[in-house]
Amino acid sequence: MNPISTSPMTPSLYTVKKKIAESHDTFSLDLAPRDGSPLITFQPGQFNMLYAFGVGEVPISISGPAPGTSGLIHTIREVGNVTRALHQLKKGATLGLRGPFGSSWPIEEARGKDVVIIAGGIGLAPLRPVIYKLLEQRNQFGNIALLYGTREPNDLLFTKEFEIWRGKYGIQVKITVDTADSNWRGNVGVVTTSIARVSFEPAHTIAMICGPEIMMRYAVLEMKRRGVSEDHIYMTMERNMKCAIGFCGHCQFGPAFICKDGPVFRYDKVKHFFGIREI
Amino acid sequence: MKTLESILSVHPFFVNLESKYMALITGCASNVRFEAGEFIHRQGEEANSFCIIRQGKVALQVCPPHKNPVTVQTVSDGEILGWAWLVPPYHWQFDAQAVELTRAIVLDGKCLRNKCNEDHTLGYELLSRLLPIVGQTMEATRIQLLDLYGARS
Repeated sequence: MNPISTSPMTPSLYTVKKKIAESHDTFSLDLAPRDGSPLITFQPGQFNMLYAFGVGEVPISISGPAPGTSGLIHTIREVGNVTRALHQLKKGATLGLRGPFGSSWPIEEARGKDVVIIAGGIGLAPLRPVIYKLLEQRNQFGNIALLYGTREPNDLLFTKEFEIWRGKYGIQVKITVDTADSNWRGNVGVVTTSIARVSFEPAHTIAMICGPEIMMRYAVLEMKRRGVSEDHIYMTMERNMKCAIGFCGHCQFGPAFICKDGPVFRYDKVKHFFGIREI
Repeated sequence: MKTLESILSVHPFFVNLESKYMALITGCASNVRFEAGEFIHRQGEEANSFCIIRQGKVALQVCPPHKNPVTVQTVSDGEILGWAWLVPPYHWQFDAQAVELTRAIVLDGKCLRNKCNEDHTLGYELLSRLLPIVGQTMEATRIQLLDLYGARS
């Protein structure tokens, strides 16, 4: 975790530089400090607490920088009161931000290896900084595959970037949706079925998985079937986070706190808790 | 140029199959090509063949009354299209339409079915290779039914 200059419970003021519609229910906010101070640094996988004044605070993964943006991007799905309030913010509006918090994806460990990134729904957002990090030093990684699934084609995020990743950087990009009408020319089927469609050397592969927990469960199963060892599989866990500093206990997951010890976990460290109903 | 036998013998579905069976299967196989939009089979038709997709993509669709067809699965490079040829009542349950130009090897399922009835070792071999595909498809379908990505807001 990066050092935080002020109290971790005190939000800093940020301005909405740009609002980007990503899909029918998902948008991105491009944020910059209101006082003009430098952008905070973060590691791919970390999150910030965004505060819509008078409404509440939510944990949102950092999804960029990305081309055409000035800095700190957060991609948000409109699902509740706070995210709805964030959606109503216009360019120039102010919000509170605390962070960055949490663990990050294992970029260093992936160096020299193949990388398989499996994302479901809005789970692509916290993985997008990983993709840009890998692309910065493309020749230091082996095969890179992105397997991305959503419910329907109009739920797909960052679609304009897929061709660049595929064409310019040689990433194997496999997009699939759970259901589609006959106008859709792409794949239909669950994201785990795409694993067999990409090339990687299982013994030298790092897998990074983010999406609904059940999707991750089946993705882990399939990666293990393919021969990827448990200590090479990473995933993000999601629970209701409040304080983001391991203080309040809302996000307890077995012996860990998602906000402090996660959200990125190595599978073998959490497998005994993963999938247990009561946890 | 690769022969049909050389292609089929290294396909995961047929790998390690006895050479006499491989020869029999190759005798039932031919190369085919489907243009984008072309129907390979339609729901309700007799299932007398199956395809190994070499290159391309095929959509399995169901058409609800008064609605546009819904694609429930796509099958692409290296995958098997269809098992209804080996499972009674030998009728297709979905329409199969090529999404793009698709090259495939089509096998005479009716002929193989008859051979399986005559030679149960061959029948066991083919069923034991088909069952994992059926199982994987069922698992994938169950995950699809979970509607993982949440209800519409």
